[in-house]
Amino acid sequence: MRKNPKRWSEWLQQTVFVGPGLVFFLLIVVAPFFMGFYYTFTEWNGLDPANAKWTGLNNLQWVFTDDSRFWLSFWFTTRFMIVSVVLTNAAAFTLALMLNRRLKTRNVLRTVFFLPNVIGGLLLGYIWYFIFVRGFGTLGEKTGFGWFELSWLGTPNTAFWGIVIVFVWQTAGYMMIIYIAALVGVPKELLEAAKIDGASRGQVLRSVIVPLIMPAITVCLFLTSSNAFKMFDLNLSLTSGGPGYASESIALNIYREGLVNNRYGLGTAKAMIFFIAVAAITVTQVLITKKREVEA
Amino acid sequence: MPERNRYSAGLLAVEAAGILLALLFLSPFYFLIVNSFKSLGDILRNAAALPAEWGLDNFRKAWTAIDFPTVFLHSLAVTGLSVIGLVIVSSMTAYRIVRRPTRFNRLLFTAFVAAMIIPFQSVMLPLMRITSVFELRGELYGIVICYLGFGISLSMFLFHGFIKTVPQEIEEAAVVDGCSPYGVYWRIVFPLLKPIVVTVVILNVLWIWNDYLLPVLVVNAKFTTIPLAIQKFFGQYLRKWDMAMAALTLSTIPIVAFFLLLQKHIVEGITAGSVKG
Repeated sequence: MRKNPKRWSEWLQQTVFVGPGLVFFLLIVVAPFFMGFYYTFTEWNGLDPANAKWTGLNNLQWVFTDDSRFWLSFWFTTRFMIVSVVLTNAAAFTLALMLNRRLKTRNVLRTVFFLPNVIGGLLLGYIWYFIFVRGFGTLGEKTGFGWFELSWLGTPNTAFWGIVIVFVWQTAGYMMIIYIAALVGVPKELLEAAKIDGASRGQVLRSVIVPLIMPAITVCLFLTSSNAFKMFDLNLSLTSGGPGYASESIALNIYREGLVNNRYGLGTAKAMIFFIAVAAITVTQVLITKKREVEA
Repeated sequence: MPERNRYSAGLLAVEAAGILLALLFLSPFYFLIVNSFKSLGDILRNAAALPAEWGLDNFRKAWTAIDFPTVFLHSLAVTGLSVIGLVIVSSMTAYRIVRRPTRFNRLLFTAFVAAMIIPFQSVMLPLMRITSVFELRGELYGIVICYLGFGISLSMFLFHGFIKTVPQEIEEAAVVDGCSPYGVYWRIVFPLLKPIVVTVVILNVLWIWNDYLLPVLVVNAKFTTIPLAIQKFFGQYLRKWDMAMAALTLSTIPIVAFFLLLQKHIVEGITAGSVKG
């Protein structure tokens, strides 16, 4: 009996501290996630939620055999992810190397390169939409530079590169910040020792700096690949998936299957495939780069 | 690579290259701003030129077309309440998990962290069902609850990492002095968490303020945040570039101002957040 008040107080504390967070988490993330497993196997129009008809593997079968548009979006998204991960990180790393030196304008430049990140993807997409449609046209006329005169959002190929440009422009500054933080942490003695040993700049970069900042590389690759694979806002405002469905990301495809076609069951089935793909890609990538991390 | 010597020619070249790149980086904002002051005719004639006269007409029209004061307040309310809620709820959860690592709490921690790889699109359709069953649709508290649910994983994770480094001795002393467990948390631990609170606030403000998809799904017409208003504007008045550019400029001002004011903290917050993430 004497122990009871204490146990009661422990219970109360557990409930007060953890309870609210747990409830929101269960309600908003966990429950929908598991409901998704169920709806994957049903025909459900979303309007009449009580009436989800169990149809077994029908949705998955349809997605895998008849839905070429989904696979087109899958292929588009994969290509987009690979290209933008490489370009974003190359750009971010180069900027970080530049801004890690004692430039007079260093702080201003960091601010400038980071700026696109604070504005939402949707707004940035519309700003660039204007630039592709009107701004580039004007620049083409004035400079006679054919590159500007392309129909940037009008052909599958240019639309792809158009979105890549905007994505890299938006994301590079964020990754740059992470790389700069890592570069600052590289011990100066090691760099000097390498220099004294006669290592060239390239060698120092490859054999000293890169291995030491591997944790930052892991994080940046993880962030860019998952963001690129989940791209939605930019896609919607820049091309709406066009021309045709040539630049439709998986996220946009799922959204439309549910909200435009009212096929929630099918949309959920795709969302599950999407989840598995995202999880597989990000986990593999983190495992690979984690292995290469070293201690200073 | 650190340079030991003084300002050299090489450094000057890097500086010049950096400035040029920065100007190129800023050019989209140049297009945005100059065109928001021009008439439609001038925009169509030459989108790159400076405006013949800097009139505020577009801004006046855009202000009413997107009902800027209302959508601004909605964005502010949604972001403010969600972020305050996230700080309170996730810091408390993290504190308990760190200080009482029972089997249940450790499992909970793993679940929160694992959930971070679930993409929003994977849960959004069933979520719509949940939000209608619990009548969260179209209400301010409804969208705030959604943000609490989605934001708690990362915020809790950041607090967790930080709280682990906070020494426990002061808490024990306070208990000896007769402080309640809740008092210990709010009066002693929470004030020590300030650096990580700043990080959590910043990361969540940037995300929630700019989010488009969740509001589309759960707010109906009642709570139109800035991204929703812009999207509607482009749906209705496609190619009314004069008004559109002014609306976009107006909408980017609040968050850019937030950024410029808190720059230093934002950079630190992202650095701290990423190393932990």
